[in-house]
Amino acid sequence: MSILIDKKTKIIIQGFTGKMGSFHAEEMIKYGSNIVGGVTPGKGGVKHLNLPVFNTVKEAVKNTGATASILFVPPAFAADSAMEAADAGIKTCVAIVDGIPSHDMIKIKRYMRRYSRTEKMTLIGPNCAGVISPGKAMLGIMPGHIYKEGKVGIIGRSGTLGYEAAQQLKNLNIGVSTSVGIGGDPINGSSFKDILEKFEEDPETDAVLMIGEIGGPQEVAAGKFAKENMKKPIIAYIAGLTAPKGRVMGHAGAIVSAYGESAVEKVELLKECGVIISKNPSVMGETVKDSLKK
Amino acid sequence: MDIHEYQAKKILSGFGVTIPRGGIVYSPENAENKARELGGSKWVVKAQVHSGARGKAGGIIVCNSVLEVAQAADKLLGKKLVTNQTGPEGKITNRVYIEEATEIKKELYLGLVFDRSSESIMVVASTEGGMSVEEISKKKPETIIRSKIEVAVGMQKFQAREIAFGLKIEPKLIARAAETIIGCYRAFSELDATMVEVNPLVISNQDQILALDCKMSFDNNALFRRNQVSELRDKTQENPNEVYASDRGLNYVNLEGNIGNIINGAGLAMASMDMIKLAGGEPANFLDVGGGATPEKIVKAFKLISMDKKVKVILVNIFAGINRCDWVAEGIVQALDKIEIKVPLVIRLAGTNVDKGNKILKESKINYIEANTLEDAANKAVKALGN
Repeated sequence: MSILIDKKTKIIIQGFTGKMGSFHAEEMIKYGSNIVGGVTPGKGGVKHLNLPVFNTVKEAVKNTGATASILFVPPAFAADSAMEAADAGIKTCVAIVDGIPSHDMIKIKRYMRRYSRTEKMTLIGPNCAGVISPGKAMLGIMPGHIYKEGKVGIIGRSGTLGYEAAQQLKNLNIGVSTSVGIGGDPINGSSFKDILEKFEEDPETDAVLMIGEIGGPQEVAAGKFAKENMKKPIIAYIAGLTAPKGRVMGHAGAIVSAYGESAVEKVELLKECGVIISKNPSVMGETVKDSLKK
Repeated sequence: MDIHEYQAKKILSGFGVTIPRGGIVYSPENAENKARELGGSKWVVKAQVHSGARGKAGGIIVCNSVLEVAQAADKLLGKKLVTNQTGPEGKITNRVYIEEATEIKKELYLGLVFDRSSESIMVVASTEGGMSVEEISKKKPETIIRSKIEVAVGMQKFQAREIAFGLKIEPKLIARAAETIIGCYRAFSELDATMVEVNPLVISNQDQILALDCKMSFDNNALFRRNQVSELRDKTQENPNEVYASDRGLNYVNLEGNIGNIINGAGLAMASMDMIKLAGGEPANFLDVGGGATPEKIVKAFKLISMDKKVKVILVNIFAGINRCDWVAEGIVQALDKIEIKVPLVIRLAGTNVDKGNKILKESKINYIEANTLEDAANKAVKALGN
């Protein structure tokens, strides 16, 4: 099993005919993802990569039965595309794009409040590498081959640091059930806690590696949630020991502005919640391995 | 992006917030003229630098004659102001703001920020203006009022009134105070701000409600639709290497240490810096060349790091995914063909085609130290410092 996507999940690509959309669509198809078409407003009716192109997400969903989508649209239009996906009944939507204004993210989240919990779309990202359920499907831009199929869930803000973790696990012969990049922005579609909840319910995930960083309250909120609600072990690494206060470290969300947002403080607060801490980024894999023995 | 006090005040005044009369000048002569033009007998000369705590650093001077105004401007202009927020290198004062002095009856604090927990805009206010908000929360936490604003509907009048009453403002001034608070909210929400801080917001002896000092920051991701805001950028207030980097699409933060970094991805960059610290070193910078680590970005990155005189060792750490290590290695070889690096260079490649990538580096003329893991790379970089 896995969370969010598997072999059968029907996927459409929003911004399908663009350069990025086309390139990554091919990569995802090669990996085995079930891509059933795409959306580019104004280009409906043509075929692209042998797949149908639609003008609207609603049409695409109606004709293909798609339940997942991935956005390759410029930041200025991304909020609109995400809301279109939510309204068309898409269940999982990944926004790769970096550069969506925070006010737009708030707008998307307010818009989605109109749907009941069961009908609501799960938005992943923005500013992320996407989701992969190794051996099953990839809804993202990661190099699929570095992930081994298995039973550890990964949630992380960063793309390449997530790859680093997946490779450390693979080198130790540990596989991944699903890896979810929630993105580096201050306001994101899904939080660490949202994804932890899904991993806890997944019978084939045994442990979860959470790769956080400085800034914002999400890692600690996830730790508190885990303490109350989770049985599976959680291993965490928080990047940004050397980050000065008040400076944005690449990711728009990676900025220490209040108590509890620095790496040292987050680690302390997570320990109090019973989360296992990977003491440095070079031993994320080994720390997961040790936790699985227990 | 940060802007200057006088720019922030001008913006607020466009949203119905009253500000003291004043004007910006670039020379002592103009300062004197501006003071005459404003009239009165007391002025404040304020250094315009992107920093708070300017008063304590001597950047705000109260003057009782136009001559004093000219002298104050002369004292500040062209000099670096060092505050407890600028770091020891300080920030250059290229313009000063001349303002009529305000007779203050009461100083208040008003701040608006994004609250990441509730994903809404949070208003923070206190009766104890003039102190920093950190200081207020330490010394007088009981005076702090917080109000969460639902962005979909905006700030309601009752919310502004509640804040105003909470600030113990007298009843006859409540309506005006509420308008001021709503003005600040509208500026925040309509211009894609990330922070608006009016400190102090004052009630004058004449019962005016005035924004006496103001700081604003904006969402860089939204500047594409806020031309009037992006025009306000003042590059003289930023570290020159950081300006060089941002002009070239690199994510760079200048730091105090001596190990320069070139890394792809913000998280991996922070992680590598953590490893440097744990290995006993200090990073000279944060630098994310982007997940793709294209040859063009790598060339730009080497140029940037070579400009930083404090760098004694360079650590390159690239995790190549869809961009393969062999392609990245070729980019590094090309970059080092163009740029001479005089300090030890540690390179760690990982990910797709790592063996091919390392082979290309080995067979090139590059003088470098190969590293395999994050830890190995950090240890070798710190060790190379001693050589």
